[in-house]
Amino acid sequence: MHNKTIAELAKGLADGEFSSVELTRHFLGRIDALDSQYNSFITVTPEQALAQAEAADATRAAGNAKTLTGIPIAHKDIFCTNGVLTTCASKMLSNFIAPYDATVVEKFNATGMVSLGKTNMDEFAMGSSNENSFFGAVKNPWDTNAVPGGSSGGSAAAVAARLAPGATGTDTGGSIRQPAAFCGITGLKPTYGRVSRWGMIAYASSLDQGGPMARTAEDCALLLNEMAGFDPKDSTSLKKAVPDYTADLNQPLSGLRIGLPKEYFGKELSAEMSEAIMAAVKEFEKLGATVQEISLPNTMLAIPSYYIIAPAEASSNLSRFDGVRYGYRCDNPENLEDLYKRSRGEGFGKEVQRRILVGTYALSEGYYDAYYRKAQRIRRLIQQDFLNAFNEVDLIMGPTTPTAAFDLGSNTDDPVQMYMEDIYTLAVNLAGLPGISVPAGLINGRPVGLQILAGHFKESQLLNAAHQFQTATNWHQLAPNAGQ
Amino acid sequence: MALERSDVEKVAHLARLKIEENDIPEYTRNLTSILELVNQMQAVDIEGTDPLAHPLDATQRLRHDEVTESDQREHFQQNAPAKEAGLFLVPKVIE
Repeated sequence: MHNKTIAELAKGLADGEFSSVELTRHFLGRIDALDSQYNSFITVTPEQALAQAEAADATRAAGNAKTLTGIPIAHKDIFCTNGVLTTCASKMLSNFIAPYDATVVEKFNATGMVSLGKTNMDEFAMGSSNENSFFGAVKNPWDTNAVPGGSSGGSAAAVAARLAPGATGTDTGGSIRQPAAFCGITGLKPTYGRVSRWGMIAYASSLDQGGPMARTAEDCALLLNEMAGFDPKDSTSLKKAVPDYTADLNQPLSGLRIGLPKEYFGKELSAEMSEAIMAAVKEFEKLGATVQEISLPNTMLAIPSYYIIAPAEASSNLSRFDGVRYGYRCDNPENLEDLYKRSRGEGFGKEVQRRILVGTYALSEGYYDAYYRKAQRIRRLIQQDFLNAFNEVDLIMGPTTPTAAFDLGSNTDDPVQMYMEDIYTLAVNLAGLPGISVPAGLINGRPVGLQILAGHFKESQLLNAAHQFQTATNWHQLAPNAGQ
Repeated sequence: MALERSDVEKVAHLARLKIEENDIPEYTRNLTSILELVNQMQAVDIEGTDPLAHPLDATQRLRHDEVTESDQREHFQQNAPAKEAGLFLVPKVIE
C-alpha cells in the first residue's frame, strides 16, 4: 500500500479495496518500524489517527466521502494542531500543546483526512539541512549520511521513505522545494497569499507560504485543492477563487514557452547537475515545448536581500517568545529582564539566535533605511526581473539546488556558505511566485530536482507541466531502499 | 566593516537575548560575515524604486469592529509557565 500515490490510495478507498483504518495502521506500522533510522517525526499520534480513520470509514459508509477522505498525511511541526504538541523543532516550544488548529489543518480535518503526526524540521524553519532541530537531525532515506534538506526535511524524508503518502511543508526561501529535491519527491510552493498562514508559526511573514509535498504532481494538485483559499484570519491572504488544480493536468504542452535563466547555469552549478537538468528540459522539448535563454540580471542580489528581510521579520515575530505566556521559561529568574533574556537565550538554538541578532541589528536605530528598506527595494528589482521574463515565456526552469544533497555535518561551520545553497529558491519567495520541484535524476545515488516557476496564481500551469513530465519519465517512481 | 564584541552585546541586549560569554567571538565573526554579504546591496542604484512589502502589493484589509471570538482564557493559559487567578506570573517588577 505504501508504494501507491495519494491518487491511487483514494481510488483504493473508493473501490473498497482497503479501509482508512487499514491504511492508517499500515503507515503507523512503518513509522514505528523504520523512523528510528531517519528521525523524520517529532510526534506520532496513533490514537488520534485511528479515531480519524474510523470516522472517515463511517463517513464513507454513509456515502458522504470526498476525494481525500480517509487519506493519511503528516504535518510539519510548524502547523498548530489542537491538543497536540507543536514544537517548531525548538526547545522554546518543546512543551507547547497548541490550543487550536491552523487553518490548513482544519481544512484537512474537515475533508476527513487522517493526521499521522508532526514532522521534524529546522528550528523555526531556519535552515537548509534539517540539522538545526532541537530533536536531532533528520537523515536522508536515500543515503543516511546525507542531509534531507530543510527546513521541511522531516516531511520530505517521511514521504520519500513511504512513511506517509503526503505531507504539509512551508517555504520561506526554499524550505519545501529544496528538501523535495534532496529526497526525490515533488514539492510545491504556492503563490504568496494562496494558502492561509493562520496557525502556521511565523518566521518571515512577507515570505512564508505553506504547500504540499508528495510523490507526484497529481498528488500535490489533490492536496492543494484542500489547502488553498482565502482566509479572513490571515491578513495577507488573497481573495481569489480556487480552481480545481487537477483539471489541467492532462493539457498537452505543445507551444509552451520555457525560459532558462542564464544566471542559473553559472559556474557554481556542477557538471552532473547541469547535465541532469538539460536532459529534463529535452523531455519538455519532446513534449512540444520551445526553449529559449532568458536573463534574470539581479539573481545574485536575492541572497543579501533575503538575508536582511527574513531575519528582520523573524526578529520581530520571535519577540513573542518571552517565557511569560507559553513556551520555555528559565529556572529562578532574578527579575523580569533576566527572565526574558535567559528564557530566550536557553530556549533558542544557535541559528535562530544568529538570525534574531542580524534582524535586530538591521532594524535598529540608524540602520533601517540602509538595510531593511534597501532590501525591500531590491526585492522589487528581483520581482521585476521575473515579470519581464514572463512577458517572453510561460515557465522558467532550472535546477532547484546547485548540488545534490550534501553530507551531514559538512556545511555547518560557516552560515554564509550554507545560505548560498538557496541561490535558486530564495528569489521566488521574494517575488511571491509559485514554484515546484520535481525529481529529475540521480547523482551518485542522490536525487536531483528540477525547479519550474510560473507567474502569480499559475499553479495549474506548473502542475500541468510537472504532471506531463512525470507521464514521460519515471524519476518520481524511484524509491530509496527504505521504500521497498 | 568588522563588528566589535560590544556591538554584538548591544544587539543581544536589544533582542533580550542572553548569549554565552564564550559564544560571543563566534557570533561576532558570523554577524560580520553576514553583514559583508548583505553589503553587496549598497552598490546597487535603487533610485526611484519603491520598496516591496507584499509581493502582490496588497494592502491591509479592514474589518468591522465586531466581537468575533469568545473568551477562552483558561484554555489558552494552559500553556502558561506560571499563573494565578487568570493572571500570568512574573518576577516582582516594582519594589
